[in-house]
Amino acid sequence: MAVESPAPAAAARIDRLERIWAERPGLTGWLTTTDHKRIALLYLATSLAFFAAGGAEALAMRTQLAQPNERVIGPATYDQLMTMHGVTMIFFFVIPLSIGAFGNYLVPLMIGARDMAFPRMNALSYWLFLGSGLLVYTSLLLGMAPDAGWFDYVPLASRRFSPGLGIDFYALGLILNGVSSSAAAANFLVTIAKLRAPGMSLNRMPLFCYAILATSFSLIFALPPLTADLVFLELDRKLGFKFFDVAHGGDPLLWQHLFWIFGHPEVYIIVLPAFGIATSIIPTFTRRMMAAFPLVAVAELLVAFIGFGVWVHHMFATGLPATTMVFFAAASLIIVIPSGIQIFAWCMTMVTGRPEFKTPLLFIVGFIVFFVFGGLSGITLAAVPFDQQVTDTYYVVAHFHYVIWGAAVFPLLGGLYYWFPKVTGRMYYERVGQLTFWLVFAGTNLTFFPMHISGMLGMPRRVWTYPGGLGWNVENLLSTIGAFFLAGGLVVLLANLVVSAYRGAPAGPNPFGGGTLEWATSSPPPAYNFDVIPQVTSAYACWDDADRADDRRRLETGELVLEEGHETTASTPVDGHLDEILHMPSESPWPFVLGIVATLGTAFVLTDHYLIAAVAVALAAAVLTLWHAKEPAAA
Amino acid sequence: MACVLGMLATGCGSDQSITSPVTEPAREIDTLWWAMFAGGMVIFGIVLGLLVLAYVRRRRSSDPDRAERVSYAVILGGGMVAPVVLLAVLFAFVIRVMPAVSAPEPGSTSLTVEVTGHQWYWEVRYPGTDAVTANEIHLPAGTPVRIVARTADVIHSFWVPRLNRKIDMIPGRTNSIELDVPKVGTYRGQCSEFCGLGHAEMAFEVIVQPPAAFRRWLDHEAQPAETPAGGAAAAGQEEFQSASCEDCHTIRGTPADGKVGPDLTHIGSRRTLAALTIPNTPGDLYQWITNPQGWKPGSRMPGFASLPASARRALVSYLEGLR
Repeated sequence: MAVESPAPAAAARIDRLERIWAERPGLTGWLTTTDHKRIALLYLATSLAFFAAGGAEALAMRTQLAQPNERVIGPATYDQLMTMHGVTMIFFFVIPLSIGAFGNYLVPLMIGARDMAFPRMNALSYWLFLGSGLLVYTSLLLGMAPDAGWFDYVPLASRRFSPGLGIDFYALGLILNGVSSSAAAANFLVTIAKLRAPGMSLNRMPLFCYAILATSFSLIFALPPLTADLVFLELDRKLGFKFFDVAHGGDPLLWQHLFWIFGHPEVYIIVLPAFGIATSIIPTFTRRMMAAFPLVAVAELLVAFIGFGVWVHHMFATGLPATTMVFFAAASLIIVIPSGIQIFAWCMTMVTGRPEFKTPLLFIVGFIVFFVFGGLSGITLAAVPFDQQVTDTYYVVAHFHYVIWGAAVFPLLGGLYYWFPKVTGRMYYERVGQLTFWLVFAGTNLTFFPMHISGMLGMPRRVWTYPGGLGWNVENLLSTIGAFFLAGGLVVLLANLVVSAYRGAPAGPNPFGGGTLEWATSSPPPAYNFDVIPQVTSAYACWDDADRADDRRRLETGELVLEEGHETTASTPVDGHLDEILHMPSESPWPFVLGIVATLGTAFVLTDHYLIAAVAVALAAAVLTLWHAKEPAAA
Repeated sequence: MACVLGMLATGCGSDQSITSPVTEPAREIDTLWWAMFAGGMVIFGIVLGLLVLAYVRRRRSSDPDRAERVSYAVILGGGMVAPVVLLAVLFAFVIRVMPAVSAPEPGSTSLTVEVTGHQWYWEVRYPGTDAVTANEIHLPAGTPVRIVARTADVIHSFWVPRLNRKIDMIPGRTNSIELDVPKVGTYRGQCSEFCGLGHAEMAFEVIVQPPAAFRRWLDHEAQPAETPAGGAAAAGQEEFQSASCEDCHTIRGTPADGKVGPDLTHIGSRRTLAALTIPNTPGDLYQWITNPQGWKPGSRMPGFASLPASARRALVSYLEGLR
């Protein structure tokens, strides 16, 4: 729309929108922004920086494990790197990238809204995420990173066995991170329920939004057990409580239950946005809507729901009663069904469509291969006796890297390519893109496939070294070579995107012929997303040419342009009837300030300065008051 | 797939390979694995086939209604009907194997062995006798034995892949497993729950002997240590007491009754030191006493490089004589 030269009345309206939605220029603009797209870009840059750190940790570990009895790094460093790698990839890379960056950028665009429901809370989510990440990474810089593994079992993580501050960095950092994620999830729930464009009833909502909806529900219910667990741990460590201390009636298994009640839904939190990206890319490149659309939507929600009933399969070796294990084995098997529905739906959409195997679709094909493979090895882990054999071996490491790296991150990489023209307005280099797919695909298999074998040959996970002569040498060397190869492929991928951002050919609003609403606006989209709030009559609104022509007509007449202020529409949650016009808050420095105050407050609790921490809480309350003070009326 | 089979096949005979079971429970798990592997490869092949089909037909357009009908049929068939059937079969298989690897009832076996995990070694006791050893578990062949697993500190996990599944050792809990090994031999096990700095160097051996040889071993192991007749060994015993070794180690029949490190009553007869980290030779033991951190970083044992070399040599000859 914005790319065509509009008629005078329309031009005046666009001018007014530009002025209403303009934010401060320069660095101040980035610190005070409430624009979901700029917040998404902040998430993107930050999560990629943490990804580089987590990747470097992985390469250091793989170097140490390249050969038996290596002495490149000792166990103290190795255990810190191993813990930081897990924590980083899960909490500071995949979730912020998939939900923070992709979700934030795309959900309002896909549902035809001008922003998230709570723009300032959205900014706060980002600043708290950044604060939690920096806090946890401070520990690594100080050489006192947490070293009890990412699931941090007690009593190893208790004060007696881990007296340093490392575990406190972990626990308090993740509590802060949990606040950030909860706020983001609540924001998505309200945004998806209320801010959909008029006419976008639930059955016309893009499947990506279903995936983010399912993810947000999972986050809201999965984070409280984790937070409770972390609070118990800190009460034990800092104030001598006994939640996990057997000698005083506590129980270390309490930690494991609460952790995995969070931890397994977490896997689906990680992988669901990837499903959503797959269901976005496949229809575009096969020129056909998703096969069995309603079934796929329900399957996405079911995965999130059943994901809450499987956690005990992480604890099959702890000696729980057989009946308990049988129940959780059954639940873990049942979750195959909604996953299977989606796998066959993706495949059949390609079989019955006319797929064009461009880079984004290649990454989705890679994703399907990895997801099926990692899913199958996952089924074997629901088979109780087999799980009791291979749990805590490299077989499990192989399995979850196929799922988390192969299945969750591949669509994110495909998505980086797919939405690159939308975000930058430029095309990436297609041939280099396809090359990077093959490099990363091969590197992934070379790195993680041999781990299945070393696990089957009895190699436990989380060992900093291993003796020769147990048949693990070749597998480990291959994994190490693969890891460096994979890292090289990722560097090429990143280089392609960076160079393309400056040199790529102009993309236009919809270079791939995508069917969802983000393709209806210019690339990059203006601050207000759409000149007119679009009207929706199908699930692939951008393929409805008549509706989009009608948008241009309404821009002339001024219908739903909302040029009076910082506004967007709200609709009824199920049917998507226009409900009211919402006045949206504008940019603000307070989310940033509150982020700093909350992070500092956490740091003071960490260092036992409770009085100063109390001052920080008082400051936070003051900031919240200012936050709610009436902002000056929009221009 | 050929690659998997090849690598697993070459791994057969590897000391900790799941695919070279020697007992009935381990064999049942192995069978379960190969059944799942075969089924999984078929399913994986079908999905790959669909992806290839998508590539082959990429320029063919199909009638939208028919496309949706075919898709629904495949999605419901492949995503619901087939999984329900296959998973029911797998579930039945799992339930059938579970009793074979379940915890034995107390008193169901004639012999019980208590294994306690420590940071970072295994304490092994034979209830009803005074025998205490470390990092090697002697068992009689062809006899069901109940292994009772506990921990003295953090969570460890007891695992001998070729003999049975693993069981966690959790504070406040007692887990048990049956080992009924038909064949004489040595089987490697390793801690498989992350337990801190020494986790990678916390291995042990199950040494399965003919029943008569096992009885002789157990009788001897239950005896207190013999007092050295004189010479370097006797000097070593004095060194052991004066150099604070006895604060951490027990040698039955002597005043040494420390509880931090392993019982050393018959250390001279053991095959390895420091939970399978190094072989038990006089030279290695000397190195170990001098600088344990160099072999097993994080070990609770302090180095004794400050002792005169002669004192360390005397210690070695005392300890190696404790057979």
